[in-house]
Amino acid sequence: MSQPLSILQCNDVTVEFDGFKAIQGMSLTLAKGELRFLIGPNGAGKTTMLDVICGKVRPSTGQVTFNGDIDITRKKEHQIAELGIGRKFQAPSIFPSMTVLENLEIALRQRRGVFATLFARLQAEEQKRMKRQLEMIGLADQEDSRAGGLSHGEKQWLEIGMMLLQEPDILLLDEPVAGMTDKETDKTGELLQEIARERSIVVVEHDMEFVRSFASKVTVMHEGKLLKEGTMEDVQRDDRVAEVYLGKRRDADASRSTA
Amino acid sequence: MAGYAAAAVALFAAPMFLSDFRLNLLAKFLAFAIVALGLDLIWGYTGILSLGHGIFFGIGAYAMAMYLKLEASGGRLPDFMGWSGLKELPLFWQPFSSFGFAVAMGIVMPALLALFLGFFTFRNRIRGVYFTILTQALVIITTTLLVGQQAFTGGTNGVTGFSKILGASLASPDTKRMLYFVTVLVLIAVFVACRYIVGSRFGKVLRAIRDGENRVRFIGYNPAMYQMVIFTLSAAFAGIAGMLFVLHVGIISPSMMGIVPSIEMVLWVAIGGRGTLIGAAMGAVLLNWAKSEFSTSYPEGWTYFLGAMFVIVVVFLPNGLTGLLGKIKLGKKRRVTKNEPTIEYPAM
Amino acid sequence: MDVFILQLFNGISVSSILLLIALGLAITFGLMKVINMAHGELIMIGAYSTYLTQNLFHAYMPSSWFNWYFVISIPASFLIAFLFGLLLEVSLIRHLYGRPLDSLLATWGVGLLLQQLARSVFGAPNVAVTSPSWLNGGMRILSDVVLPYKRLFIVGLVAACLIAMYFYIYRSLEGRRMRAVMQNRDMAACLGVSTRRVDAMTFAIGSGIAGIAGCALTLMGPIGPSLGTYYIVDAFMVVVLGGVGKLVGTVLGALGIGVFNTMFEYWTNASLGKVLVFLCIVAFLQWRPSGFVAMRTRSLD
Repeated sequence: MSQPLSILQCNDVTVEFDGFKAIQGMSLTLAKGELRFLIGPNGAGKTTMLDVICGKVRPSTGQVTFNGDIDITRKKEHQIAELGIGRKFQAPSIFPSMTVLENLEIALRQRRGVFATLFARLQAEEQKRMKRQLEMIGLADQEDSRAGGLSHGEKQWLEIGMMLLQEPDILLLDEPVAGMTDKETDKTGELLQEIARERSIVVVEHDMEFVRSFASKVTVMHEGKLLKEGTMEDVQRDDRVAEVYLGKRRDADASRSTA
Repeated sequence: MAGYAAAAVALFAAPMFLSDFRLNLLAKFLAFAIVALGLDLIWGYTGILSLGHGIFFGIGAYAMAMYLKLEASGGRLPDFMGWSGLKELPLFWQPFSSFGFAVAMGIVMPALLALFLGFFTFRNRIRGVYFTILTQALVIITTTLLVGQQAFTGGTNGVTGFSKILGASLASPDTKRMLYFVTVLVLIAVFVACRYIVGSRFGKVLRAIRDGENRVRFIGYNPAMYQMVIFTLSAAFAGIAGMLFVLHVGIISPSMMGIVPSIEMVLWVAIGGRGTLIGAAMGAVLLNWAKSEFSTSYPEGWTYFLGAMFVIVVVFLPNGLTGLLGKIKLGKKRRVTKNEPTIEYPAM
Repeated sequence: MDVFILQLFNGISVSSILLLIALGLAITFGLMKVINMAHGELIMIGAYSTYLTQNLFHAYMPSSWFNWYFVISIPASFLIAFLFGLLLEVSLIRHLYGRPLDSLLATWGVGLLLQQLARSVFGAPNVAVTSPSWLNGGMRILSDVVLPYKRLFIVGLVAACLIAMYFYIYRSLEGRRMRAVMQNRDMAACLGVSTRRVDAMTFAIGSGIAGIAGCALTLMGPIGPSLGTYYIVDAFMVVVLGGVGKLVGTVLGALGIGVFNTMFEYWTNASLGKVLVFLCIVAFLQWRPSGFVAMRTRSLD
């Protein structure tokens, strides 16, 4: 209720793994239709943050609310997914023994109960949506091949296609362009900007080039805490960020080039 | 489609060509094929290995056996109860004098037991090997319980000594033929049901669960519900098969549903080809036919063969005979093996 | 009170045998995610090794030495089961890594083969092993509580094996390699640990311990080709209950199942006792689905 414009709010989230605090008091607010990049050095807790939002990891303290007033902190993964939060993992995780089309079919936004799927018929409208999605992800001529036989990039695309058919309000993407060629990376970036017109996206990314080209707002995490939030320029200008992250890398690069 | 029709016609025509003895054997194998179909749904399609199907089969069998025993005793106390010193029929035996009740129980009881175990395991994501070991423990405790409560269950000897069903003599060839047709009809019905399930979107979700249970969760399905439903259904099929088995064989005892029979059921599916319905059913008939041919004349050789089959099928033929046939067919068409339709069973 | 002490002792005695059997299982499952259903047959092999040692002593040694055959039979059964395990790992298990359910089925087949082999070699009927006379009798701790030496000896034997395992896993170079492979196979391989060697050694050691368990079982009664099948499912329940990755889990699992089983069987009867134990295990898993100890990971599966 607080802000109709924000779709997701994480308040003071802390996650502990056997005594080790992966996230400490992290807060994050995501506006409707926002494309947010989450960056930070290794072990900063970026992936864990996504895990908290999608329900894979339960925070020890803190609260996550969706769409203003729905508390999703204690909900199960499938309930959160049903509410409209989609997650793409780092390694492409499609269903390898099923065909591309079958992968898309079960991802479609639909009633997901046992009886609903037992008696579901493929509607003409659903078929149309799947075809459109196939065109968009460039797999139209492979709809009947086994997904396990696709190339790495194609699997990534298939997974993005599945996520879009889920029609979530928020997409959580963990390194979506890892292992993609430059061309594929650019295409993915454009796709993300297009998607962000109707949906909100959180992207965890290591590829700085990619972040620079497509980011509107960036959140920097370090050792489980929020370090800086702002536009890419703000972040790049920030001394602390430069110190823990960009700066070190720049120094390392510099020393390497002079050596 | 033509192949299925031919198979159905062959099954209905079999009584004209087979002796009564052979027909009875075939009927038993067809009952086993029903178990194999159910087991294939849960293992081949959903990737959950149950070593407890002997129990579901056995409970169905006992339900029918209780009815038959009461029918044979004709109002008197069943003989084994008298031997154990029981004076009157236990309360839970009484409703089994009704055929309808016995049949209903033969389906409902295995289903409920499966639902119970499924509810307390799948919901907590106890799966893979852990689940398999729990099903095996279920087999052990159920058989010990049956053996231990001799007065109520007939103990090690089981329940036997039947004479008639719904007034018709079980020994008459006409009844036997009738029971054979009933078995064929039930098998066809179960097969059609399985085909529908496998082809539906529900079936696709099952396969998705086999490929990556967690991924399914993040799409918004609750895998536990799916696993529970399919496990329960699979147990109900096994119960139905058990009832038919007792009618053909005339006895059920704990040794017919224990650890060894339960894992043999898995071998039927593995040999025929998990993940294909026809393979599972054929595997059950084929292996049991071989068993009845060889196990009595070469008991040692049969055990060696059985042991070797487990190893060979798992290591060299993960998709069973159906997979082998498919490979041969593919090989004839083209020598490319890149996109062959084998199923990958991911680590669990 | 007397009854309670006796039951507790019986429970611990049952637990110790379970523990000896489950140790090897827990390690191979934790290390390689392989479920070895032929483990029971390795117990059987250990038991028959003891039987053979006894026969050899009978035939070739002066009868005054006979009592000491058991001392030889412990390492003998370890060694023979170890060799069988090594052979099994190299020929079959190696091809089944990452496929736990398949490994379960294949090793079940191996178990069938080994059982039939034992039947062909030694005959189907059970054979008796004469316990050394120094293990007859028992220790009287209260006026009517006598603890049999045999059971005490088994508890001691298990404790010795456990201590040896502890030092092997946590204090030796080989053990460190083993833990490394268990926790991160790829990383260990990159650092130059020969994972194949570690797998083979660990599997063989687990098998050897099963052999010792078989040797211990000859003290409890006659032995036969299907000796192992009585224990194998219970031993797996220990692994499920205890969780994988740490010895302490297996110890707790074995103690839990052994003691509760004895208690329930005393209060009710053998068959109902088993049902109650099973229900307790299922109930426990509601609370801790991956057993007493569990290693948490961040991966999807």
